[in-house]
Amino acid sequence: MALTKDQSLEAYRLMKVIRRFEEKCAELYAAGDIGGFLHLYIGQEAIAAAAKYALREDDNIITAYRDHGVALARELPTNQVMAEMFGKSTGVSKGKGGSMHLANKSKRFWGGWAIVGGHLPLAAGLALADQYRGDDRVTLALMGDGSTNIGYFHEALNMAAVWKLPVVWLVENNQYGMGTAVTRASAVSDITRKAEAYGMPCCMQVDGMDLVATYEMIKEAAEYARSGQGSFFLEVVTYRYRGHSMGDPERYRSAHEVEEKKADDPIIRWAAYLKENKIATAKKLAALDQEAEDEVMAAIEFAQNSPFPEPEALYENVYA
Amino acid sequence: MSTLNSTSAMSGETVTKTFREAISDALWEEMERDESIFLMGEEIGVWGGTYAVTRGFHDHFGENRVRDTPIAEQAIVGAAVGAALNGLRPVAEIMTINFLFLALDALINHGAKAHYMFGGQFTVPMVVRTTTGGGRQLGATHSHSPEHLFAHFPGLIVSVPSTPADAKGLLKAAIRDDNPVLFVEHSTLYQTRGQVPVGDYVLPLGKADVKREGTDVTLVSYAKMVQVSLEAARELEKEGISAEVVDLRSLRPLDTELVMESFKKTNRCVVVEEAHALYGVGAEVAARVQEEAFDWMDAPVKRVSTEDVPLPYSRDLEQSALPDARKIVKAVKEIL
Repeated sequence: MALTKDQSLEAYRLMKVIRRFEEKCAELYAAGDIGGFLHLYIGQEAIAAAAKYALREDDNIITAYRDHGVALARELPTNQVMAEMFGKSTGVSKGKGGSMHLANKSKRFWGGWAIVGGHLPLAAGLALADQYRGDDRVTLALMGDGSTNIGYFHEALNMAAVWKLPVVWLVENNQYGMGTAVTRASAVSDITRKAEAYGMPCCMQVDGMDLVATYEMIKEAAEYARSGQGSFFLEVVTYRYRGHSMGDPERYRSAHEVEEKKADDPIIRWAAYLKENKIATAKKLAALDQEAEDEVMAAIEFAQNSPFPEPEALYENVYA
Repeated sequence: MSTLNSTSAMSGETVTKTFREAISDALWEEMERDESIFLMGEEIGVWGGTYAVTRGFHDHFGENRVRDTPIAEQAIVGAAVGAALNGLRPVAEIMTINFLFLALDALINHGAKAHYMFGGQFTVPMVVRTTTGGGRQLGATHSHSPEHLFAHFPGLIVSVPSTPADAKGLLKAAIRDDNPVLFVEHSTLYQTRGQVPVGDYVLPLGKADVKREGTDVTLVSYAKMVQVSLEAARELEKEGISAEVVDLRSLRPLDTELVMESFKKTNRCVVVEEAHALYGVGAEVAARVQEEAFDWMDAPVKRVSTEDVPLPYSRDLEQSALPDARKIVKAVKEIL
């Protein structure tokens, strides 16, 4: 059940890539190289990393607009993800999608969707297709806590329960839906109670800063879904260090609160775990840090050197 | 003056069918042909469909392929999009287009945009069937004909058949197409009859059709209003006025070629639509005519539309709000 040594090191490297990727994106956004909205995942990296190892490569994964980390965890090429941020034709969505609409069909990463809750029935449909054909894949549907208050959530979970669809519904509870705290927006602050209403087995308050705990719960949930018994619901508690998007004044929380949460950083925790358990030396981790840095810098260079879409691209792919 | 119907374009054996039977046949034949096609919707299975289109399907194809859903339009359309992304060809039924407002986001923001937004890597081979139309005393919330709203959005195809043969041929094409198609069936056409080709009959999506030839005025219409326009044309004929009836058959793509061809012959046009006039099909056709055939215009393009009110319950009051042959005849005479 535990991660292998290689996976443990790879997971560290992956989380560092995601962290540095996004820190650089924030800078590039400020410099005007990246446009639109930019929703950073910083603080939540352990969940994407855990999902990578808990799922089979041919399982489905779908998420909302805070999707960079999930895309990188699903091994979408870092170069192409960065190129998409720049709106370049070499981007994963050919520059048509941007930050919020990353996807890769061959890796069964189905997006990157930017309407809160809108991807949840899509997740049900992805799972339905597999169940219909008798394929034993599961679908992991990641969502924010804010999406549990919208109609889509309830319709999708109800349908999934009625049809025993093989979905792992995973709420990344980062404690704020935009700027509104869960306790101010949701009638019940224990989000799993909403899934219990649909008769779904749940796990509440998984520590999303703990890579292994999150990995183990997703794996257990995926096994349940794969066994044909239906959906499983997870609430994973995490925290985003940055604002909802760029330009968030963050009037809803104190700088002190953010600093306190940073002390519980998932990457620092994982590094400490690796050292304590003699899986990696400080030197090894520093080497992985450098690899991550190099990978992100190479991606920026790739993106900068890539062409923008040709004018003709405007009318391409409106219809299949 | 000849009266055309779709049989003129048909070859081979035909049989008389109702609009309902034609749609049912298309679904049945396609499901027999391709196992990746399945149906989902409210009351389509055990009940057999509130308009009886899918009667017998549940017993024959089983509940994996004919799925009764909760009353949850967002989930129905959203799940159809997801299943289509993942390789199936769902045909989702939304009981009436009035309920489709609830799933507007799933249909437009998700279904219609997925192909473009992700750079062409995804396709959504999905059909959403629904019913439309007023005139049945169902009150304001159940009597819209808002199919043109959906035709506003690139990425979606909106099909609006007027005859049993067209319904069969267009539905088969919609199911086989790799794009999301909104297939709109007028609820008062279900009992109408016409000649329908036996077996595999597939029409191209997005091609208009001349339903009646004429020389003095072009009536442009779609769905049930084609039948009303044909009735008006028969009235006009008695007075020596020859009306050509062009059936758009599809609101997106909009085939204006045939409209222009007809207009350049008649030089006059009335658009008949069972929707409100504001921002509607008539407005679009009129704009295209003045852009593309200005030199052929002998009169302003007229619109016959539903009155600009929510539809009332009381029978005569409701009927007075809807387009009818008398209103079309009057409009034609105003521009002759």
